This record gives sequence, C-alpha cells and structure tokens, in this order.
Amino acid sequence: MNPGLTHILFISIALFFIGVFGFFTRRNLITMLMSIELILNSVNLNFIAFNKYVWPDKLTGLFFTIFVIVIAAAEAAVAIAIIINLYRNYQTIDVEKVEELKY
Amino acid sequence: MPNPIYIILILLLPLASFLIMGIFGRNHIKNASGIISTTLLFITACLAFYVAYGYFLEFGKVNGVYQKLIPFKLTWLEFSKGVSIDLGILLDPITAMMLVVVTLISLMVHIYSLGYMKGEERFSTYYAFLGLFTFSMLGLVVASNIFQIYMFWELVGVSSFLLIGFYFEKPSAVAASKKAFIVTRFADLGFLIGILILSFNAGTLDFQTLIQRLTSPESAELKSAVASSFLGISTLSWGMILVFMGGAGKSAMFPLHIWLPDAMEGPTPVSALIHAATMVVAGVFLVARLFPVFAISSPHALEMVGNVGAISALFAAVIACTQTDIKRVLAFSTMSQIGFMMFALGVSKYGGEEGLGYTASMFHLFTHALFKALLFLGAGAVIHYVHSNDMKDMGGLRKVMPITHLTFLIACLAIAGVPPFAGFFSKEEILLAAFHHNKMIYWIALLTSGLTAFYMFRLYFNIFWNKEHHAHGEHHGEGGFVMMMPLVLLAAGAAFAGFIPFGKFVSSDGLPLESEFHLQFSIVPVVLGLTGIFIAMLFYKKQNDKSDKIALALNGFYKATYNKFYFDEIYLFITKKIIFNFIGRPAAWFDKNIVDGMVNAFGNNTLAVSEKIKSFQSGKVQQYAIYFLSGVIGLAVLFIYLWK
Repeated sequence: MNPGLTHILFISIALFFIGVFGFFTRRNLITMLMSIELILNSVNLNFIAFNKYVWPDKLTGLFFTIFVIVIAAAEAAVAIAIIINLYRNYQTIDVEKVEELKY
Repeated sequence: MPNPIYIILILLLPLASFLIMGIFGRNHIKNASGIISTTLLFITACLAFYVAYGYFLEFGKVNGVYQKLIPFKLTWLEFSKGVSIDLGILLDPITAMMLVVVTLISLMVHIYSLGYMKGEERFSTYYAFLGLFTFSMLGLVVASNIFQIYMFWELVGVSSFLLIGFYFEKPSAVAASKKAFIVTRFADLGFLIGILILSFNAGTLDFQTLIQRLTSPESAELKSAVASSFLGISTLSWGMILVFMGGAGKSAMFPLHIWLPDAMEGPTPVSALIHAATMVVAGVFLVARLFPVFAISSPHALEMVGNVGAISALFAAVIACTQTDIKRVLAFSTMSQIGFMMFALGVSKYGGEEGLGYTASMFHLFTHALFKALLFLGAGAVIHYVHSNDMKDMGGLRKVMPITHLTFLIACLAIAGVPPFAGFFSKEEILLAAFHHNKMIYWIALLTSGLTAFYMFRLYFNIFWNKEHHAHGEHHGEGGFVMMMPLVLLAAGAAFAGFIPFGKFVSSDGLPLESEFHLQFSIVPVVLGLTGIFIAMLFYKKQNDKSDKIALALNGFYKATYNKFYFDEIYLFITKKIIFNFIGRPAAWFDKNIVDGMVNAFGNNTLAVSEKIKSFQSGKVQQYAIYFLSGVIGLAVLFIYLWK
C-alpha cells in the first residue's frame, strides 16, 4: 500500500504534538530545543506533503522547507549560544531555575 | 522733521541703562552704576528737550496747526490687512510735552537717588529698575498704536510693582506691591476688552486711523458702532468706558484708588517719579490721546470721566486732611490732583475755545509733575533726616533744613494755587473750564481746592513748624548737593512754569488757544486757598489742641476719614468673604475633587489592574508557551468554527 497524503499528515501532526509535549514537560533547555526542532520538522513535512500531492508541478513548498531548515539552523546556533551563556552564569540549564526576567 | 534716530535714542538709552545695570551692575560696576545711569538719562533728557523744542518751535506747525507726525513706524505683527500691531512713534503736542516731563522728572530722581539711596545693598538693581520704568513710560507716551500703548502700559505696571516691592524684606512692601499690581491689572482687563471693542468696530489698531474713523460723522464704522447697543449704552461708549477703566486703575481714580496709598512703601524717589509725576498720569494721558473720540462720538463716556474725576478729587482731598503719614498725605493729594486733570478733560469739548479743559488738564499735568515731584523729594529729604514717615515725629525742621523748607514751601504754595506759582495758572484754567460747562463739578472743584490748600499747609506746618526741633545725636545735615540740586531746580520749575503760554502749544485740535486771564474769576479760588492756608496755620503752626478738639467733635466722620472711608476693608470683604468663599472655594473644590479626582482615578485603576495581572509575567518560559499555544488554539477554533 502506498502512503497517501493523510498518512503523512498524521505523522506530521504526531510529530508536532510530540514536540509540543516535549517543550512543555522537559526541564532541560537542550531537550526543549530539540522539541522545537521536532515542531519545525513537522511543519516541513506538511509543506513537502502538500507540494507532492496537491501541486506536484510546483516547487513552492520545497523552497519553503529549505528556508525553514536554514532558519532552524541559525536559530539553533543562537539558542545554543544562549544556553552556553546561561550555563556559565548559573551552572545549570534547568529552565525552572532560570526565571529572573519577570515582574 | 528731525532725524528719527534721535527719538528712537530717547527710548533706547534708558533701556540700555536697564540692561547694563541689570546684567553687570551687581558684580562689576556697583558703585559707578548710579553715575552711569544718570549720565545716560542726562543724554536722554537733552535729546527729549531738543525734540520737543524742535517740534513746538520749528517743524511741528504747518499752517498754524500742530501736526501729528509719525517719524518712525515698524509693522510688527499683522493680523489682517489694516489690522496690525505697529511699533511706531507718534509725535504730537502732548507726546512732546510728556517726553519733557518724563525725562526731566526721571533725571531729577536719578540725581536725587545718588544721595538718597547711597549705601543701599541693591543700589545698581534700583537704577536698573528706574531705567526700565523710564523706558516703558517713554514708550507709552510715544506709542502710535493702541496695542503698543497697552504693552508699555503693562511694562510700567511691572516696573512699578518691582519698585514698590524694592524693600522686599518688609512684608508690608510685598503686600503693597502685590496690591498695586493686582488692582491695576484688574483695571487693565477692562482696558484690553475696550481695545478689542474699539479695534473690532474701527477695523484698525492704529491711533490716527482709529480716531479718524470713529470721529468723522460719515464713516460707516462710526455709524455701526453707535447704532448697536448693549444695556442701553452704545457699543462705542462701552468701549470708551472700558478703556477709561484701565486709565482709572493706573491713575488711581475712585473706586480703583486703593493701591496708591500703599504704594508709598517704595523708596521715596520712586514715589516721586512713578506714583506722583509720571505713571499715575498715564490714565489722563490715555484719555487725552483718545480725546477726539470721547468728545465727538461718545459724550456719555466723557461725562463719566468728568464725574469720576470730580468724585476722586473731593474724596481724596477729604482723606488727605486726616492722614498722619506724610507720604500718604501726598499720595492722596496726588489722587486728588489727578482727579482735577480727569474732570478737566471731562468738561472739555473738542476744538476751539470749548477745548479749554483739555489744555487746562495737560497744563495741570505738566505743573503738577513739577511740584508734586518736588514735594515727594522734599518729603524724602525730611524722611532721610528724621527716619520716620509720621508727622508726629517731625516739627521745627525749618532751622535745620533751610533749603528743603524753602523748596517745600514753594511747592505747597504752587499746589494750593497761590499766584504767581505754577499751580495757580493751571488750576485757574481748570476751574474756568468747569465753570463754563458743568456747575456741579465747578463747586466740587472749588471746595477741593480749598481743602487742598488746607491739607498741604497742615503737612507743611507739621513738618517745619509746630513743636521745636530737639536735635539728637547723629547729624548728617540736609543731604548733600545731589539731593538739594533737584529740589532747587524743581522749585524753580514750580515757581515759574505757570508763565508758559501753554494754550499756544497744546490744545485739543492743534490750533493755538489764547487763554485769557480773568482777574475777577480767580478771586474766589485764591481767597478760598488763602483761607485754607490760614486755618492750617491757626491749627498747626504752634502746638495746640484746636485740631484735636475738632477731630473729637466730628468723631465718627473723622474716624471714617482717617480709615480712608473703610475702602480697603470693603475690598477685603468683597474679595475674602464673597469672592473667596463663593467663587474661589467652590472652584478649588471642583478642581481638587472632580478634575484631579478623574485623573487620579485613572492612575489608581491602572495601578490596581496591573497589580492583579502582573503575575502573568512569571519568568517561566514554559508557562508563556502554554499561553501562546492556548491563544493559537483559541484563534484556530475561532477561525474554523465561529468565523462564518
């Protein structure tokens, strides 16, 4: 049986909510960053799937995916830099312990 | 026509004096400031004499009529075509006369103050203020535009305020300066409204155009201004009455006179300059400036000027008889004499023989400036010697202060109207004008001039005769040359200024007015004046209890007069009890509770709400993410199911 659009969308949604769940429940900043990557990749999957099944002769979805990957890479670099700095100052990367910036 | 630069310099030199003394005086040229100011003023006075001489005798007259010349004019602020505030110079007989009076008296006061204010801590500040005042007063008299006169009008008000409050460490001086400023400012409100009414009706602010439009019978502006009316009085008359209200405030006319006696808190030379000779006659000058409009187009307003003047003259003369502070006696006498000038204008008509009152008023302004400045400066010398304002502390000073005594006597004779001193001639003309046009005012004036002679000689005898002078330790004599010279010069003026054929130079329409002299007419006032002097001599030459007995006999009336008919108390009652309680307090309550309350409520509510919701900002990243996600889900639900 060939996988159809629905299957891929199902995987995409699953991936998205796994990412969201991870983002909410993990306390480790690195893990949270990874969850964000999952969310982003679920979106990428969506783009690709729609591009392939709905407008097979266009490349728009593909390009968007490439954009998202590039942005995600940049974002990861920035996020990791922040996490490293956090660690240097607080000796921890537990998100619960880093809550100075509030009212 | 002279080079206008001379006339502009007359204004600029006192201004320069003010700026130099104000900026550098305190720290750099403190001791020289008096000399520098006086020198500048001397040049100013010379220029003023030169201009006045040229105007009256050389270029002012064309075909026997004195012209109104505009040697300089600068459009400063143009509202619309024809309506603009100009800074200009209007040269006509009264301006030329006032230039002489103001600069002459100012120069005398400058010289006199060199001695009187010597050793004063704020010596240079004093001269700076004198410069400012002289500049403003000169600007007022040369103004060619009704708004320009208003600006300088306020400037003289400010300099008067500054000088009354010169000894600001004395609470009474502070109160007096505030009182003077507030009362005159209140009157100036009327003046401003009057200006607006006049300029709205005439469509111009320029004096000459305004007068021309509001006097020629065929002009459309005059017709509309007379046709429309409010409360039974035509718009034009309302405008003129309001303008006169400003003049009455500045000239201390009844019932806006209450500030003048208190203004005597200032240094005495200042009283001589501002509150006797120049600033207080600004109101008379204003009425004279607009005289054609008063006389031709709104006789009702002019009648009011006459009545107010007559009431003030009598009222002040009665009060002056009971005061014991010598400067206050002089202040009330000033008010009374200005009343004379006012009603002289009030009984006058425009043009020819009928315009005698106008000439008389200006003549009296001129002579009064001389002898009243002299009286004040003489009183200053006495105060300088005795260190007291009260005539009870004086007496028998004629031996220790011979020059002051003699000059003071001349001034008293002049103000009492004894021939051949200056006051006699001007007062005679005023009485003649009143006699021809308003008998009621004539009788009031006659009575007042008798009273004038009485209270002036009461003052004179109390200072220089009465009890014997007991010399006490410190003796610095009369005051040096700088204080005596102005006295002597002014005394010469007070003695001989009456012989100037004034009518030839100043008249309502510019044509020379031959004032004939009626011997039989002047018998009554002179006899009355001499009677006043005689009674004063009887009472006060030697120490006796005659005056006290009379005061006792007239107990209630005497007390009321001594307390200036309780006018201060009435004003205080009106302001404190009525205005403060029924207008001030409710307004303050409204401001505090409604206006402030609204603003405060906004602030407090914002604060309370933000206090409640600030825990949203918890610093926990994952909480933010939950809010964010629920928001997105909410929006998604909204878009998918509810958005049709």
